[in-house]
Amino acid sequence: MLIWKAWCKAVAVSVLLLWASLSSAQAVDADKAKLTLALATEPPTLNSAVATDTIASFILAHLMEGLLVYGPDGELAPGVALRWELNADGARFWLRDDARWSDGKPVTAHDFVFAWRHALSPKTASQYAFIFYPIKNAEAVNQGVLAPGELGVTAVSDTELKVEFANPCPYFLSLTAFMTFLPLREDVLAQWGGRYAADADKLTVNGPYLLNKWVHGARIQLRKNPQYWHADSVQIKEIDMPYITADPSAQFNLFRDQQIAMAPLDTGLLSEAVKRGFDIEYFHTGSLFFLEFNFREGRITANRAFRKAVQRLIDPALLVNKIIGLPGIQPAYSLFPVTVKGLKAGFREEYPVMRVTPDIAAARTYLRQAKAELGISEIPPLMLLAGDSPRALQEAEYYQYLFKTGLGIELRIDQQVFKQRLEKMRRGDFDIVAAAWGPDYDDIMTFADLFASWNDNNRGRYNNSLYDRLIRLAQNSNDPRTRFNAMAQIQRIVVDDVPILPTYENGALYVQNPRLRGVRRNIFGGDPLFRYAWIER
Amino acid sequence: MLKFIAKRLLSGAITIWFIATATFFAMHAVPGDPLTQEKAMSPAVRSQLEARYGLDKPLIEQYQLFLNNMLHGDFGISFTQENRKVNDIIREHFPISAILGITAVLIALVGGVSAGTVAAYYRNRWPDRMVMVAVIAAISVPGFVIAGLAQLTIVAMNNAAGKTLLPVAGWGGVNHIWVPALVLGLGTMAYLSRIMRASMLEVLSADFNMAAKAKGVHGWRLFWHHQLRNAVLPVVTELGPTIAGVTTGGFVVELIFAIPGLGRYFVQAVQQLDYTVIMGTTVFYGAFLVLVVVVVDISYGLIDPRIRLHSGGGGR
Repeated sequence: MLIWKAWCKAVAVSVLLLWASLSSAQAVDADKAKLTLALATEPPTLNSAVATDTIASFILAHLMEGLLVYGPDGELAPGVALRWELNADGARFWLRDDARWSDGKPVTAHDFVFAWRHALSPKTASQYAFIFYPIKNAEAVNQGVLAPGELGVTAVSDTELKVEFANPCPYFLSLTAFMTFLPLREDVLAQWGGRYAADADKLTVNGPYLLNKWVHGARIQLRKNPQYWHADSVQIKEIDMPYITADPSAQFNLFRDQQIAMAPLDTGLLSEAVKRGFDIEYFHTGSLFFLEFNFREGRITANRAFRKAVQRLIDPALLVNKIIGLPGIQPAYSLFPVTVKGLKAGFREEYPVMRVTPDIAAARTYLRQAKAELGISEIPPLMLLAGDSPRALQEAEYYQYLFKTGLGIELRIDQQVFKQRLEKMRRGDFDIVAAAWGPDYDDIMTFADLFASWNDNNRGRYNNSLYDRLIRLAQNSNDPRTRFNAMAQIQRIVVDDVPILPTYENGALYVQNPRLRGVRRNIFGGDPLFRYAWIER
Repeated sequence: MLKFIAKRLLSGAITIWFIATATFFAMHAVPGDPLTQEKAMSPAVRSQLEARYGLDKPLIEQYQLFLNNMLHGDFGISFTQENRKVNDIIREHFPISAILGITAVLIALVGGVSAGTVAAYYRNRWPDRMVMVAVIAAISVPGFVIAGLAQLTIVAMNNAAGKTLLPVAGWGGVNHIWVPALVLGLGTMAYLSRIMRASMLEVLSADFNMAAKAKGVHGWRLFWHHQLRNAVLPVVTELGPTIAGVTTGGFVVELIFAIPGLGRYFVQAVQQLDYTVIMGTTVFYGAFLVLVVVVVDISYGLIDPRIRLHSGGGGR
């Protein structure tokens, strides 16, 4: 009966709501400067110290502002910091005095000191704590060896912040735009404790937007923050996200019905979008997909000749064009995607990668060598660990076919859902795994140190002392040329020794309402970014 | 009657305990845990988190703790929705699934009983064949296909009209309910109409039906009091599990129509290995199912006076 009552009540309330809502539903509204979107999932948390996912990063980029921000052209621009100095030993930031929290209090250097100490505290258990490690004593504070007060960050005054480095960190400025580096209010955090940022009324922000409404699982609504120091430049007054669904078809249908202003496309929807004459947009997500080999004791894949055979067998261009067949995705040949920055231009333009041409005969020669070295006449069936998406399966079946026809090896596909796949990767329960990596910060090191012997994300346990030395060299140098020369050597090792085999660089396709302009698609600093967007009449 | 109810409730409690225990150990047997993340965690961070969530304790101790908390109605805090209590998740999202589910069952019930009756009355003639073809289609086409087609139809309809006649997705208005509820109830409707058809055919050839006719009962009274009331019993039997099934099985519909129901949390929790939410939703749904079945058992007696709830049986 209770449910019945609730049902009647809900229907009654809904009838009222309906008349209120019907008139306002629209993808873009130039008069009200309002934008409507769908979210794929709800952010697990909006606490910047512990958030890890892309949805939280997107929302926080609109709610908060760090020392530096990404500007309208994707360049680093002043945020809370007006100016700064960076050298090999540390950095210094001078904060603007008109930066305000949403309750009117000034944003001070102390808010940054508190936030960074808080994120590094072992109690917080932030997964992104490692991103602070270039700062002096950060690692020791994070492991509980030193007190948070020992962290090399000081508020010289309310408007001056001093940072000391443990290692040179030429990319430190881009780090300050990352969400874990955002300021936090000590008093607000103390007030809400574990419930901080759990609801719309439980956080204080300092960015272009306020969290106006958060109905869990159903709706997030952002509204322009009048306290924001640069509020004049914010043109879109309201960003409403009343739909939360991970189904691309549902989002596409909402887009077709003019209910939302943007929608992602997958293979099935692409032709539909083309047919309807929508403008199809594309951006490089900056992430790399690759096959990772297992180097643990007794694995066939630890043999270099065997890996060379696989390298000669698989053609990334064929994989991308014939198997995946989605525009925007491009074949990968290097550990470093084309989006990685170099000295002045892209790293890949400055240091082109040596390409290995696929060649079945060469692959078979390598295989014979591998068998001789391993002292076996037949390669036993190998396990390929793969994800559970349709694309992952397609890709895995392609490799299975190539292994069988090209090398006469049976490749068994172990298809696992997300967490189980990660657990098997961690345990080393695979011969080859189809893996991926998205960059955390805007520096080549976010890819390079992935296969250093000490990196926990090095799931294949690749161990190469030259590789490790080059990483240490780059980490301890502030000279760009020294760093990038070391990276060029790393790039060569990856081709030559094949710890991984890059397969493709990921791109995302989407449709966007033509009246919505100035949207930034970012690899770093929150994506998509509507802070500089506007709606055309 | 009271003894019967008490007995059913006791066996229900045992069932729930069994569900909870089986789920608890099965869940922990799955490789990985809620803390498994894309980026590897340093051992220090991991042990902090394990201590915070009590995952560092021996499994049997975790189980005792869980049972103790469950008896106090506390399922803890979600691992993935980091600041939300499992109880809050159930309280906020179950009513939405319930509204959707009950509407779906009502649609299915009315549609299924009518279609089944029509099919039985016109046995082996064209209305019967049409109903049965529709039934096979509705049972065999998967829900996500029907949901997608329904959504496309709305888009086309709205485009043709030039305004929003029915919302494509979302929640909050009464018009948001109808299409998802219809999609959700379609399979059940088809299933119920088959049962109704078979049962109605039985009634139509039964002696008491002949007797009633012979005594001059006809028309509406014959249908309502003698045929429908008897034929609908098997449908009512199915109703209990159906209500529970439809209310809990709306995951796909909730996903496609962007409805913030509990079904989504139920399925996502399993994918994410969100231990606390898995336990909370499973136990909650288990209890709900048991309750519905008991209610249905009791309602037999109200519909069919021949069934009396004394000997502890009460079933058919």
